[in-house]
Amino acid sequence: MSNLFDLLVAGLATGAIYALVAVGFTLLWQTSQTINFAQGEFVMLPAFLMLAAMHAGAPFWLAIILGILLSMILLGLAFKLLLVDPMMRHGVLPLAIATMALAIGLKEAVKQFFSAEASPFPSILPTGDVSILGHAVALQSIGVLVVAIFAVIGLTTLLNRTSLGHQMQAAAQNPTVARIIGVPVERMILLTFLINAFLVALASLLITPIYLAKFSSGEVLGQAAFIAAIVGGFNQVRGAIAGGLLIGVLDNLAAAYVSTQYRAAVPMIFLIAVILFRPQGLLGRAEERTV
Amino acid sequence: MKSTLLVGALLTAMTATSAFAQAIKLADVAELSGGGATVGTNWKNGIDLAIEDINAKGGVLGRKLEVTHADSQSNPGVARAQVQKALDAEPYVLLGPGYSGSVKVTAPLAAEAGIAQIMGGEAAELTQAGNKFLFRTSFGQQSSMPKVAKYIHDEMKAKTVAVVWVNNDFGRGGRDVVVKELDRLGSKVVADLSTEAGQADFAADVGKIKAANPDAVFVYLNEEESARILKELKRQGVTAPLMGETTLIGQKVIELAGDAANGARGHVGLTTDAPVDLIKQFREKFSKKYNYVPDHNGLKGYLAVYMVKATTEKMGKVDPKKFADTLHGLTIKAADEPGILMDVTFSDTGDIDRQSFLVEVVEGKQVVKQVLPKVK
Repeated sequence: MSNLFDLLVAGLATGAIYALVAVGFTLLWQTSQTINFAQGEFVMLPAFLMLAAMHAGAPFWLAIILGILLSMILLGLAFKLLLVDPMMRHGVLPLAIATMALAIGLKEAVKQFFSAEASPFPSILPTGDVSILGHAVALQSIGVLVVAIFAVIGLTTLLNRTSLGHQMQAAAQNPTVARIIGVPVERMILLTFLINAFLVALASLLITPIYLAKFSSGEVLGQAAFIAAIVGGFNQVRGAIAGGLLIGVLDNLAAAYVSTQYRAAVPMIFLIAVILFRPQGLLGRAEERTV
Repeated sequence: MKSTLLVGALLTAMTATSAFAQAIKLADVAELSGGGATVGTNWKNGIDLAIEDINAKGGVLGRKLEVTHADSQSNPGVARAQVQKALDAEPYVLLGPGYSGSVKVTAPLAAEAGIAQIMGGEAAELTQAGNKFLFRTSFGQQSSMPKVAKYIHDEMKAKTVAVVWVNNDFGRGGRDVVVKELDRLGSKVVADLSTEAGQADFAADVGKIKAANPDAVFVYLNEEESARILKELKRQGVTAPLMGETTLIGQKVIELAGDAANGARGHVGLTTDAPVDLIKQFREKFSKKYNYVPDHNGLKGYLAVYMVKATTEKMGKVDPKKFADTLHGLTIKAADEPGILMDVTFSDTGDIDRQSFLVEVVEGKQVVKQVLPKVK
């Protein structure tokens, strides 16, 4: 039983990171019909930007700020202006394929400039345990969960409680009408790209101390987050969050109770079941678009 | 005057061409990217350093050594293609790969071509298939695992053991030998956990170890995964002593795992922290050239080239066909060939006999606790 509790906590912590990445998937899809297959590499890159800043002599806190800012410029602004905007007019599929190419490009670039080897990455969270209901729970797991939950609460508050959020919702639901009533649709779309870049940088900061900084580390994350977004509902932020947590827990339980060899298969089987029986996702709604 | 110049120029060109033709060509196929990049990069750098040393001192039998490096991408399929390509160029000796799985699929190619292959793989089965051209640079699992099991049983006094291994040829080979030995000695394996190569999340595996509550944990994974599981073991507060092989306590693992590596112990056939003067000199030279401390794979690559040198000098000629026969049963003494670093004997199967070490990680450094002598 204590094993189950530990597995749930560890699964929720990993799932919270999947959720952050999956939310980015849905945000980009909702506002610009971008399926970003480089999302995993978007999580890998900020850690290397922070490492580069540290190698240049910046202290860790400054490297984090620089890393997040650079990520927002490269993975938010530049990604939209240089890749999404020119490809968008050719349709969803060419854009999706372009993001696959971007994923390969990012991996190879990191391999070229840093190395193919893994590098250690410092943790912003303290090590050690706290006792919850008689179980020793790692502070790092709790830290990851808390940071991710705050990020998600912040995002949903922005979307649902502020005028800016309402404008983003309007831009996503019906860009033409939104334009007519004076919503700066282009700026709203850019904002979602910047938010996505911020979320992946945050995920990078949380996961890299555990997974290590490596050019290929985005592959697993991107796939897990993509499954999470589809399982939860590709057109709902809350669906992506639920999907992320669910996949994180499912992965850990599968590794413990099914087999380590088949752990990767279990979320896939779950994904197939969801697509067959509830194609809009667990919390998604058919034919509706909202952020 | 003109004709003298012309003759001079011709002579120079001919000398240059013959010097080029005389170079002894080696081919290296290693894990330069992918999961084994740490292994392959160290191996490659070790080779380059040895060749630089040897060439600076006049080469082998007066001929310079040359090497080509190819990347297996840590993938047995790619390794096979790269080895085939390397063999087509008719090298004197083939060096690498480092991963047992890649060695397994490439060894038949080298044997068919009659070219000796000096590799870094440690899986027990590699030298048990009757291949007459395959040579190790480090212990095979059949030599090292009995020592590990004995240490867990005798020194750690562990009655129950959790065994974590990576599901590939290397991991499976080690797991099979150590489980058999532990069983023979009377230590019970209470958790037998297979993990995947490249696995990032070890929370569930460590959860299972915690639930089994063993007296000791034997960890047999590749370097990066070792670092990840060490961190997770620390994160989940597992206090049972950890025992492994070189892959648990290597320099790269210590760098990646940080504090979490402290206290881990391992049987090591080769370590740059060994209390051996020649190894200390090697470490110094390597660190100066590459700006980092090499792991055992750096030593393996270096030794591979010196095996070529010592064997060729023993033959007194460069003869790829007789190379393997000469190296079988050969004892190379460090007093005669300092580049071999420690006295070593090669068996008829290509396995090695050499002294080894028991190492513990103390405050981020490998500390040699015991020296285990050469068997024969």
